[in-house]
Amino acid sequence: MSAPLLSCEGLTRRFGGLTAVSDVSLGFAMGEVHAVIGTNGAGKSTLINMLSGEMPASAGRIVLDGQDITAWPQPRRARAGVGRSYQRTTIYTEFTVFENCRLSAQAAHARPWAFWESAAACSISGPIARQALAAAGLDAMADRPAGSLSHGGKRQLEIAMCLATEPRVLLLDEPLAGMGAEETDRMLALLAALKPGHAILLVEHDMDAVFRIADRITVMVNGEVIASDAPAAIRANPQVQVAYLGEHA
Amino acid sequence: MAGVPRAAAPVVAALVLMALPALLTPYTSDLVIKIMVLAVFALSLELLVGMTGLVSLGHAAFFGIGAYTVVLASPESDPGNLALLALSSVGAAAAYAVFMGALSLRTKGVYFIMVTLAFAQMAYFVFHDTQLGGGTDGIYLNVRPTIGPLDAGNKLHLYYLALAALAFTYGVLALVRRSRFGHALAGIRVNEPRMRAAGFSTYFYKLAAFVLAGALAGLAGFLLGVKDGYVNPELLSWHESGAVLLMIILGGIGHLRGAVIGAAAFVLLKELYATPAFVGDFLAEHWQLTLGFTIIGFVALLPKGLIGLRARLTPAARKVST
Repeated sequence: MSAPLLSCEGLTRRFGGLTAVSDVSLGFAMGEVHAVIGTNGAGKSTLINMLSGEMPASAGRIVLDGQDITAWPQPRRARAGVGRSYQRTTIYTEFTVFENCRLSAQAAHARPWAFWESAAACSISGPIARQALAAAGLDAMADRPAGSLSHGGKRQLEIAMCLATEPRVLLLDEPLAGMGAEETDRMLALLAALKPGHAILLVEHDMDAVFRIADRITVMVNGEVIASDAPAAIRANPQVQVAYLGEHA
Repeated sequence: MAGVPRAAAPVVAALVLMALPALLTPYTSDLVIKIMVLAVFALSLELLVGMTGLVSLGHAAFFGIGAYTVVLASPESDPGNLALLALSSVGAAAAYAVFMGALSLRTKGVYFIMVTLAFAQMAYFVFHDTQLGGGTDGIYLNVRPTIGPLDAGNKLHLYYLALAALAFTYGVLALVRRSRFGHALAGIRVNEPRMRAAGFSTYFYKLAAFVLAGALAGLAGFLLGVKDGYVNPELLSWHESGAVLLMIILGGIGHLRGAVIGAAAFVLLKELYATPAFVGDFLAEHWQLTLGFTIIGFVALLPKGLIGLRARLTPAARKVST
């Protein structure tokens, strides 16, 4: 395996006496979907929050493309290519679908101080946003208010907004939550299409989907990684079966 | 087309204001100048509250600093250079906004309100308790500034100066609204965490908005200092910060024209309620009471401000016509 694009070593997060994430060391390689699974409270979201920079780590190191980014604030990491989507739909409902994407695309590029230039006519962020919408299969919805999209559409927009920042790493927090079978298929096809150009971390509860798409699966229990391997090996791992998969069987 | 009158309304308003002095008496002219000055002040706050979602209760600090600067920087017995003095007022207000914004923007919500209030009160007490600007008595501007043929001591010149400042402020903010910067501010207002995740260093965007708002409030203060020829610490007090907040609430938060309409409504209502001939001696002395009740009435009946009046009337009109 090539050197991972994003990796963490000994990553730990404590909330008072509670250790939400304990000594986690993982790597996320370009062209790979790396799923992180675990029961509620296993520390998956906290892990994403630390990798994206939303939450500082209590201990450990995060490295992006050979650079230590542990101390970088979230906006800087985002501009360096660490994109994330949210578990809850957090789009700007009052803006159009297109404007949601365009605004994301603007962050790393266009000069914000040029106050005399129209945002709607921006020649840099506009095309990037159109591309992201097309990739996410939302181009037909571009002019609709984001709040009027279906649940599945909102999840797609969440991915499109993430893509509009032109990330190399995608940290996806339960992108399939609450989706029907058809919507799930569409989202998995989208993730498969994005795979070659991105390192994808997928936190997901839908086990069927995870085993369909993941190249590598990490299992977390109580903030600790108990296994990290190829899907077949994870399925066969007795420790994982007891700790996690067994509960669902 | 609804789009055409929308863009045309401010232009028409500006043309009307340009022609207006022909019809005005000295008293009403003074009133219109006051409205225009406060409209600039209200517009500057609208940038913070309406466009960025930052509710400040210390905006009068910049207004007062702008007003004090022109008086303190003017020569004793000669007219000062109008352009230089205006730039000094704007610069001084902007400098205090950098200081105040850099620290207060580290807080959010109600804490932000309290911290801005505290910083404004700090500036207030500097002028109130020291002899820097004549203490509580305030200080007079002996000779109004001039530049070329333009003399701010001439009421008509002053009128057009205030109108130009209002048009300038409105124009700049209208451009900001449609720019990438303005859209980023809107994003910060709606969902700041999401903006950070997209890669916006939101702190610096908010600071830029805060300093621009402070600078424009300083411009309003400059005009007020020149208009009244007198400044006192009350210009920086929290009453003034509250009043300008009331103006934009009255007019309708979220629209530039709301700030202008709100400033006009505020000045006119205050004038009406403080005139014994209209409301009687007792009420005229307690104009705050009647004004307060009116504002409560407005907020209850027109939660979107005066700007929402048309939207309230239009659906009804449409129903009749179809």
